Amino acid sequence: MSAVKAETPRVRTLELEVPNWAGHRAGQHLDVRLTAEDGYQAERSYSIASAPGEGVAITVERLGDGEVSPYLVDEAREGDRVEVRGPIGGYFVWDGDDLQPVLLVGGGSGVVPLAAMARQRAQVGSTAPMKLLVSSRTIEDVIYRDELDALAGNGFGFEVVHTLTRSQPPGWTGYSRRIDPGLLADVAWPAPESPRVYVCGSTRFVDAAADGLLQLGYDARWIRTERFGATG
Amino acid sequence: MIVSRGFRGRRRDGPPDRVPPGQYLTDDFPVLSAGPTPHTPLDEWTFTIHGVDEPKGWTWEELQALPRETVTVDIHCVTRWSKLDTVWEGVSVDRLLEEVEHDAAYALAFCDGGYTTNLPVEDLTGGKAWVAYSYGGEPLDPEHGGPARLLVPHLYFWKSAKWVRGLTLRDEDEPGFWETNGYHLRGDPWLEQRYWGD
Repeated sequence: MSAVKAETPRVRTLELEVPNWAGHRAGQHLDVRLTAEDGYQAERSYSIASAPGEGVAITVERLGDGEVSPYLVDEAREGDRVEVRGPIGGYFVWDGDDLQPVLLVGGGSGVVPLAAMARQRAQVGSTAPMKLLVSSRTIEDVIYRDELDALAGNGFGFEVVHTLTRSQPPGWTGYSRRIDPGLLADVAWPAPESPRVYVCGSTRFVDAAADGLLQLGYDARWIRTERFGATG
Repeated sequence: MIVSRGFRGRRRDGPPDRVPPGQYLTDDFPVLSAGPTPHTPLDEWTFTIHGVDEPKGWTWEELQALPRETVTVDIHCVTRWSKLDTVWEGVSVDRLLEEVEHDAAYALAFCDGGYTTNLPVEDLTGGKAWVAYSYGGEPLDPEHGGPARLLVPHLYFWKSAKWVRGLTLRDEDEPGFWETNGYHLRGDPWLEQRYWGD
């Protein structure tokens, strides 16, 4: 582990120096294996946060009943060693090699693989129009807020829209509710543009977003989902 | 072996003869799917076996009329959770395959939403696989694959295709959805056949 960075009170980014890393695609994940002194092991999958050209980083949220995530968020520090396997997955990926509009919808730490796609877009200088809709509980829970806002501020066809579902700071001008069909109708590309869609979050979040997009006339085949359950 | 400084782990290991290597036990029932949850009305639902001279199909009612088996099995997801003693009801795949003439070695299960997964026929026969429509005594929830899913508990759970609508029997193995996206062709949890190359 070459660097650690707190993103929110519950979320941390870990940069990994991985010998012989074969490279990855935006949206893929990797497996982290921890080994205790007596040989006991636990292994979990995490989305890769970094764009392909940027080295390897994961962003991990501490789950209350988790086994690996509390260690990675609270315990691990620069110089520690873990075993890594990957990259894994060939479906929930975006390479930035076409101009089809892209809609990214992330709930909580579901933003992680989507941010890799936004970073990839900037890295390769893609001009594919891309919107990222992020749902977080409070402003303090928004992961990568400054970076995403900076990417959006460049004005080159990347837009980020926030909704805060639990509480909002004074003067908040973004959305203040869970994702619903009306909110999606405001934000999503019109169906005739047949966008590529990536939705990542809890099961409930993903179902709400995907069902809402289907109601807008989206084809189920455009919508790629990644759900996380209790995989602490 | 690389020891992770200060890692102890929670060790919810469970009985070693029931929890395969690299798995941990959960009481929840997490969901993994690649797209939106399909909702097919039961009056439009069919289960069909293709890849034979005379394909055979069942409506929802016809499937319900077939002998119902109740099975209690352990399930193992490639994302590393295992769940013990899950109770399902459904029709044995043996019973369905009885109704077609075939000598195929492989099957490709197909589903609403376009999902597919490949299995050797051997893994679908001999009382090892079901088309399940009830879980825990209740009709199977759409998010868990309802109205019906394949249940092949001795393999990683992605082989237990949700929203299953039929099987295509084949002479040769053809990778399904996850199998073309980095996951193992067979997926035996006891051999940790998770990814390509395992």
